Amino acid sequence: MEAVVFVFSLLDCCALIFLSVYFIITLSDLECDYINARSCCSKLNKWVIPEMIGHSIVSVLMLVSLHWFIFLLNLPVATWNIYRFIMVPSGNMGVFDPTEIHNRGQLKSHMKEAMIKLGFHLLCFFMYLYSMILALIND
Amino acid sequence: MPVAPGNPHGNPEAAQRQGALPSTPLRREVTLAPAGFPRGDTRHFRPAVGASDVAGPVHSAMMSSQVVVNQGYNSQLPGSYPPLTPAKTLNPGSGHYYSGGSQGPGQTLHRPPVAANPAVPSLHSGPVPRMPAPASQSPAATPRPSGGFLPGASPLPPVTWQHSYPSMGSQVNHYPPAPSQPPVPGSTNLSTNHQYVSSGDPLLQNSYGKSGITSNTNSGSLMAHSNYDEIEGGGFLATPQLATKNPQISRSVGYTYPSLPPGYQNVPPPSSATGMPPSSLNYPSGPQAFPQAPLGANHLTASMGGLSLHPEGLRVVNLLQERKMLPSTPLQPPVPNLHEDIQKLNCNPELFRCTLTSIPQTQALLNKAKLPLGLLLHPFKDLVQLPVVTSSTIVRCRSCRTYINPFVSFLDQRRWKCNLCYRVNDVPEEFMYNPLTRVYGEPHRRPEVQNATIEFMAPSEYMLRPPQPPVYLFVFDVSHNAVETGYLNSVCQSLLDNLDLLPGNTRTKIGFVTFDSTIHFYSLQEGLSQPQMLVISDIDDVFIPMPENLLVNLNESKELVQGLLKTLPQMFTKSLETQSALGPALQAAFKLMAPTGGRISVFQTQLPTLGVGALKPREEPNQRSSAKEIHLTPSTDFYKKLALDCSGQQVAVDLFLLSGQYSDLASLGCISRYSAGSVYYYPSYHHQQNPVQVQKLQKELQRYLTRKIGFEAVMRIRCTKGLSIHTFHGNFFVRSTDLLSLPNVNPDAGYAVQMSVEESLTDTQLVSFQSALLYTSSKGERRIRVHTLCLPVVSTLNEVFLGADVQAISGLLANMAVDRSVTASLSDARDALVNAVIDSLSAYRSSVLSNQQPGLMVPFSLRLFPLFVLALLKQKSFQTGTNARLDERIFAMCQVKNQPLVYLMLTTHPSLYRVDNLSDEGALSISDRTVPQPPILQLSVENLSRDGAFLMDAGSILMLWVGKNCAQNFLSQVLGVQNYASIPPIMTDLPELDTPESARTLAFISWLREQRPFFPVLYILRDESPMKANFLQHMVEDRTESALSYYEFLLHIQQQVNK
Repeated sequence: MEAVVFVFSLLDCCALIFLSVYFIITLSDLECDYINARSCCSKLNKWVIPEMIGHSIVSVLMLVSLHWFIFLLNLPVATWNIYRFIMVPSGNMGVFDPTEIHNRGQLKSHMKEAMIKLGFHLLCFFMYLYSMILALIND
Repeated sequence: MPVAPGNPHGNPEAAQRQGALPSTPLRREVTLAPAGFPRGDTRHFRPAVGASDVAGPVHSAMMSSQVVVNQGYNSQLPGSYPPLTPAKTLNPGSGHYYSGGSQGPGQTLHRPPVAANPAVPSLHSGPVPRMPAPASQSPAATPRPSGGFLPGASPLPPVTWQHSYPSMGSQVNHYPPAPSQPPVPGSTNLSTNHQYVSSGDPLLQNSYGKSGITSNTNSGSLMAHSNYDEIEGGGFLATPQLATKNPQISRSVGYTYPSLPPGYQNVPPPSSATGMPPSSLNYPSGPQAFPQAPLGANHLTASMGGLSLHPEGLRVVNLLQERKMLPSTPLQPPVPNLHEDIQKLNCNPELFRCTLTSIPQTQALLNKAKLPLGLLLHPFKDLVQLPVVTSSTIVRCRSCRTYINPFVSFLDQRRWKCNLCYRVNDVPEEFMYNPLTRVYGEPHRRPEVQNATIEFMAPSEYMLRPPQPPVYLFVFDVSHNAVETGYLNSVCQSLLDNLDLLPGNTRTKIGFVTFDSTIHFYSLQEGLSQPQMLVISDIDDVFIPMPENLLVNLNESKELVQGLLKTLPQMFTKSLETQSALGPALQAAFKLMAPTGGRISVFQTQLPTLGVGALKPREEPNQRSSAKEIHLTPSTDFYKKLALDCSGQQVAVDLFLLSGQYSDLASLGCISRYSAGSVYYYPSYHHQQNPVQVQKLQKELQRYLTRKIGFEAVMRIRCTKGLSIHTFHGNFFVRSTDLLSLPNVNPDAGYAVQMSVEESLTDTQLVSFQSALLYTSSKGERRIRVHTLCLPVVSTLNEVFLGADVQAISGLLANMAVDRSVTASLSDARDALVNAVIDSLSAYRSSVLSNQQPGLMVPFSLRLFPLFVLALLKQKSFQTGTNARLDERIFAMCQVKNQPLVYLMLTTHPSLYRVDNLSDEGALSISDRTVPQPPILQLSVENLSRDGAFLMDAGSILMLWVGKNCAQNFLSQVLGVQNYASIPPIMTDLPELDTPESARTLAFISWLREQRPFFPVLYILRDESPMKANFLQHMVEDRTESALSYYEFLLHIQQQVNK
């Protein structure tokens, strides 16, 4: 059973890693003027909710399967994802707003955020991998 | 010489990628020349003098007495050069170009003496150490352009190049000239002969960017407007000492980068001594001979000069003791501490201004100063005269695409170094020929290199599609509420009156849409006997019926349009429809305009209630007083999305909101904000009950309809490598990192940007900023207007403070505070404003002041900083208290973001004059009028008295308050009334009486009005007028129920600073 949990977590984590990479690539495209702000933001906003859900599922799964340490590790990032989605002002077009993204260094902070998430997901990836192997051996 | 084809504002690849927006002006597939573009003639220069499209509304009355015509290039015609006398050609009185003649060809260019005081560099106006024209430049020896070089170019007649600005006059850049002697070449003591004499020359006060004019023995009346009167007489002597210390700062930055701190640059780098290529002997001027000003900021002189003497600009002011800090004349922007040769080429501060006229070398230094670094622009301001260049190649840097400008350096004849990215570029062959002087081999005399503000006629590479025709669409709210206000009458009448004055040409198109709960289109097809109304009642899925006849050519269908405008006000008088479907109407308008682009003017009188974009009332009157919980953010993203769609199709939406009730301007305003439109707000507009608003609407519409307009515009702001722009303020959409998309650009819009120092600027002494605005004029020409600003880099905190521009700082802070109010809260924004003062003054106290004196010590440059911030706190946008309606507050915020700095400062801190005792003393004389110049009073009730009359100039309105015991003389001679009681309650005009008092007052008021493009309405207030509260609200130095008085505010700041 435990192995199944980690296999699922591993897959989910892979998806999240890809998503982070996609975020980074798209944002750096915007930074270098390859795409315009509007298309960049509409591309990214599409993936904000999937990312949020994907990450929440893993966190809940860890809670349910009583892996406290991994759950606590995931909790801040999951909370941040939800918080940032809820806190979007009513007039904005999503977490990424084309009219704001070039202002007040938002592009940079989005970039930083995506980088940190990428690192975090990589860390989780290896953790799940290790736990999965451990669980398989124990089985 | 083929110039790399590219998009106007960036590298071509980026433009291609930007092509995602379908009609972005960066697409390059379609290339069509504008009508009238001279294709064959490659170097056709055209002076813009009198070109109405360029000139815009001419402030001729202001200028005529002060602008000297023909002072530009005529004096540089080859014939006017005397034979070369190397060195020591001292001819200060001749007025010729060579009056500084201190260097001969082949000599290194000595750095001329620099002003020792960073705050007063402009006073140092000795003759310019220009190069004398070398002998070979005399006509006979000049290599004439051969036919091979210049196919088809016939010698052009001498062209008068003029370069002057409206409303500069005595206000801006006052250069009190000094008929001093030029420096003696080769001398180690470069500046002993310099004097600071304040004899005046009105010509020089606007010799902005004149190369041919130097200070000379002119006598004339100096207008007593200088802030620096004291130093003018003072004979500031710090420079000589320093000059002897550094006798050979003789290099100009153009040759190499300074690699050492300024103090160690005693040895001229070899390149300046030997860098002249042999070929340059054949040319009239080698590298050293270029009359490029020796660039360089005056670090040492400034900082050490400050030790020896304390002239006004270097003074430290104790604000608690010196209360009368407000100058009695309009505040002048500080002059950058640049060498005079550069400074006089620099961009007019009204167009382009930086918060710090001395740029800190590193971000750490900037952080220490706690002052915001940013630029304030007014790029499309109406200019009386503007050089316009028509040339097949527009010379630009190959790597950063900067336009060639006065601050580039010519390494030799054939190469120039970009002042933004430092790339060395080739000078194209065509650029070698100067059509003004008709001399070959003088690229540095070309108008592009002599004017910091210039307009290029863009060739076809700068077009993605044929230039669009001017298209105007008017969208009227005709619901019951709208008809009640009766606005249609005034608007239609204004339109009728101004139909022929709409900027445009034979291609101008016009259309009308009205809406209530349905949308009505008007077919104005040629041949119809009367306009045909088409009603679309399906507002959920808007479509355009017969799109070809809804936007019609104005000339062909003028009768129909006039007929429609005459009948429109009556058509809906019986309408009982109270709903308003603004969202669908805007969608319809967008669909109608999308193929061409253009301007949509929307008139709305209530909250939109139907269809997409419907809004709900959010204002709660009881909560007005609390700074929290007010709705400054839009409630829906519909208007923002639509605005971005519009922006993509080059459509701008201007919003006229005439509403008594809450209309959620925060949401509605987005439609204009992101499509580069403008917002006008007339609270409680009613044709009978509120005649003042009616008059205001009429005047503003008149200006709105007739002002210049640029279509499908983009603006890019570039700055020297190391600086980067991180935040933009204004109405536009930032399409990529530094490209602003402006579907329409109008001359009344201002912009601001914030910058940071990304890389240290230690190896450069000057930084430059360039804004380039590419637009299609209403005549269908593609034009580029370029402004370039050059500023020195400094390394000490003291110099950063000395160069601070307090008006620009306050303006930028206001913009930042608006952002903060929206993203955080109003109280946050207010705290941030106060903290900005406290932080910067603490930084000054702890880092610059050596001895800690009691009191609130501020640098002279920031002496008005607390006052302006207090005024901002009491401004409508940021005030607390019950009397600010949400829409009015948001409108004030829109204005902060969109107004040029001058008007923003006037609305924030109005000017107060006493006008009941105007005299001709110190008056300006403009053409044949005499304009009295009463002193500006501090905004405090203690300056008012019951026996006087006071005029307050708050930018968009003028208020004349008449005291109860005002002299009978004033009442009868100026107001034309018997006694105080017979002043009518609403009076907005002064009668023209045949008395000197009346003439003076009227002259003064009309002079104030002429200085701005819009028409401020004059209100005459009695003691019991309802407007009086408004008048007193502007008394920012006084205490109000919810805000501190100026003195209390100072005490508060002192307490915080001294902590």
